[in-house]
Amino acid sequence: MTTMIVAAGVKPRRGGPLRRMLRDPMAVVSITVFLLIVLLCVAAPLLTSWDPTRAELAAVLAPPSAEHWLGADSAGRDIFSRLLYGGRTSLLGALVTLLVALGIGIPTGLIAGYYQRWFDSIGSWSANLLMSMPSLIVLLAVISVVGPQMYLVMAVFGVLLSPGVFRLTRSGVIAVRKELFIDAAKVSGVNDARIIGRHVLGVVQAPLVIQASMMAGLAVVIQAGLDFLGVGDSTTPSWGQMLNEAFQNIYAAPMMLIWPGVMIGLTVGALSLFGAALRDAVQDAQPARTRRGDGGVTLPPQVEAAPGAVRPDLGEALLTVAGLKIGYAAAGGGTTVVVDGVDLRIRRGEVHGVVGESGSGKTQTALAILGLLPRGGEVRSGTIGFDGADLATLGRAARGALLGGRIGYIPQEPMSNLDPTFTVGFQLVEPIRRHLGLSRAAARTRALELLDRVGIVDPRRTFGAYPHEISGGMAQRVLIAGAVSCDPELLIADEPTTALDVSVQAEVLDLLRSLQQERAMGVMLVTHNFGVVADLCDRVTVMQHGRVVEHGSVEEIFESPAHPYTRMLLDSTLEDAPPRGPLVTPEVRS
Amino acid sequence: MSESLLRVDDVVVDFPGKRWFAKPFRALKGVSIDIAAGETLGLVGESGSGKTTLGRAVLGLAPVAAGSVRFDGEDITHAGARRRRELSRDIQVVFQDPYSSLNPSMTIGAILAEPLTAAGVARSTARDRIRELLDQVGLPGDAIDRLPRHFSGGQRQRVAIARALALHPKLIVCDEPVSALDLSTQARVLDLLIDIQERSGVAYLFVSHDLSVVRHISHRVAVMLHGEIVEYGDGAQVTSDPAHPYTRRLLMAAPVPDPGRQAVRRQERAAFLATEVTGE
Repeated sequence: MTTMIVAAGVKPRRGGPLRRMLRDPMAVVSITVFLLIVLLCVAAPLLTSWDPTRAELAAVLAPPSAEHWLGADSAGRDIFSRLLYGGRTSLLGALVTLLVALGIGIPTGLIAGYYQRWFDSIGSWSANLLMSMPSLIVLLAVISVVGPQMYLVMAVFGVLLSPGVFRLTRSGVIAVRKELFIDAAKVSGVNDARIIGRHVLGVVQAPLVIQASMMAGLAVVIQAGLDFLGVGDSTTPSWGQMLNEAFQNIYAAPMMLIWPGVMIGLTVGALSLFGAALRDAVQDAQPARTRRGDGGVTLPPQVEAAPGAVRPDLGEALLTVAGLKIGYAAAGGGTTVVVDGVDLRIRRGEVHGVVGESGSGKTQTALAILGLLPRGGEVRSGTIGFDGADLATLGRAARGALLGGRIGYIPQEPMSNLDPTFTVGFQLVEPIRRHLGLSRAAARTRALELLDRVGIVDPRRTFGAYPHEISGGMAQRVLIAGAVSCDPELLIADEPTTALDVSVQAEVLDLLRSLQQERAMGVMLVTHNFGVVADLCDRVTVMQHGRVVEHGSVEEIFESPAHPYTRMLLDSTLEDAPPRGPLVTPEVRS
Repeated sequence: MSESLLRVDDVVVDFPGKRWFAKPFRALKGVSIDIAAGETLGLVGESGSGKTTLGRAVLGLAPVAAGSVRFDGEDITHAGARRRRELSRDIQVVFQDPYSSLNPSMTIGAILAEPLTAAGVARSTARDRIRELLDQVGLPGDAIDRLPRHFSGGQRQRVAIARALALHPKLIVCDEPVSALDLSTQARVLDLLIDIQERSGVAYLFVSHDLSVVRHISHRVAVMLHGEIVEYGDGAQVTSDPAHPYTRRLLMAAPVPDPGRQAVRRQERAAFLATEVTGE
């Protein structure tokens, strides 16, 4: 029920990724640094009067001075000027690589991901082939054939990087092409080019920008590396060439090594940090992500129950929830309260229905009793009395001993609650051994008995099966077997039949009823279905917006609901609504 | 009954097997239905019955291996991409999941404008039509500039209905349009669909797993099981006094929101299942 939590609890952060990124100091600094470098290189003629290729014999290896700000190199060329002009080569080279990689990777990735079939096969084959090539060796080979044409070489490097873009785009498109809004656009008569441009490209945009910033950094490094090796064009200045030059004079003028090194480092660092910041900003846009300790206002974690509130008495009550308040740390600071002052009392051997619509807090209440509230959620006040102990303050270990032993749990989604990597039998046997201290063989016998008891036709086969090999209805039976395996006194079932087909639902309800009668368990049944309540429950609590609006026996609730909300819910059920009947007059279209 | 708007004859749909040379999975095994203008045909079945596939076959989203789909007398079984785009004026869809059927990054206005601009409607006319549509489905006019995530499930489903209505279609395929909604929202959205049908004369192919929802909205009902139609006829009769044992089993499996009557139904169901087992 994650959707419910989002709706009721934590509001997603405001603003798009761009705005969020501008609040991140790392992003702002890295963008500023990068833009500054670009600006310096573009504005080179305005910043220095020196020609980067003009050699001056008098200035050979000159130290920094008012004339040559950073000194001059072994040919007497101005280092500052070469740094700025050299940046142009490096950045333009990176741009060429980027354009080629994106220009090849994006369209092919889009086509392969969207249409698949033969184009996808050919595309993926070529991508794999390209990726398996050692790029530096390929580049050296290209240089040895075409000579030191740096932009051509960088374009080839772009081709070598394009499989990465291809794969990223393709997997993004495949993830989104099954979405219903794509189908809806098709049915709306939108043509393919537009669907791809509007719906598909939007999804892959962010990861592509991140990948591009990383690739640009890589291109700068590769370009510098080739020039450093001395295979580049020696007539145009570049950072790599300056490194090479400095390296040759490392004893005479060690300072020369610093300047190009700093420039390369700053550029590559700014690009990667920008990519990282962008990734964070995009991930933050995903809803349902909550952060602990994000709230400015924090309530004290435990507050004594208000005076007058019932202390859990041990009478016949099995579970006594009093004044339960659950809050989530909200993004903007403060808390979002999703359950506010709920009282609930479940007796031994009683089936207690908790009914409500999404956002009513019924699942949150159940999760709080189990101690399974999602991250960020906390019991702010109130008590959860179970057999004399207060579950709200109980330590992890003590609670762990209760869960699975004296309190059983049946979740809503059977499939996602079985671990796909273990067999059904293993998942049943482990808790039995832990809670009842049985031997492996005894636990196995008990598990097989239980599988038989919950109506599984061939218990041995199911015992050895993996979760993907059984149907949803069978999985729910397995989970029920697991929940009752240690003879719990309290069974908490959260929408146990919602994910099942109606005929399977009827069988599971029958099973729950007979198990409950046989073992006299107290059951807390969370549901939105009044038919299920009528079928199984003795008492009912109706919840709305995190509060209890009404509680009573099942007869009272159905026959004389007191609260208008309960009446509205009962009126919304369609089981008793009259059928619509046949179409009387075929109407003329207006 | 007038001549049918949609006629599906003996349609077979195969999905390719997962592995190479695996036997294809036959989702529909020769299904025939027909819908008149202004009529609702309810399609009930459990998961895997093929009810959604039938809806998708009508929309051209599932591969039809045999049989024919005729709309307004025209065979559209294998209509090409261009013809399909033209058909979007007449045949529309509302999907089950109001969360994934709207592009999260587009505003409501842009979502509703999409079918209109694709059909070549001028921008200003489209703007007016969008306001009209929002009004028709009971959403505020300022919804235009907001994103889907600002709306609840029921409101999103209203947006999806408005999108389907944009081009005045003759038929809307409704694929479980209310099953993801809360009880009270569900009733309101169904009433909205009925209201729209009575005013505009649109026909619905209404796919659902819930017999009571289908009874509420359908003139006629077809019950599907394992890719075949097992019962087909008048809505009231099929959903209240079914002839086929499978439909009866479905009906008895659904719990009634009344403890006394549910106890009776439970006993009836047990007795029925017992006779079925001994009968075989």
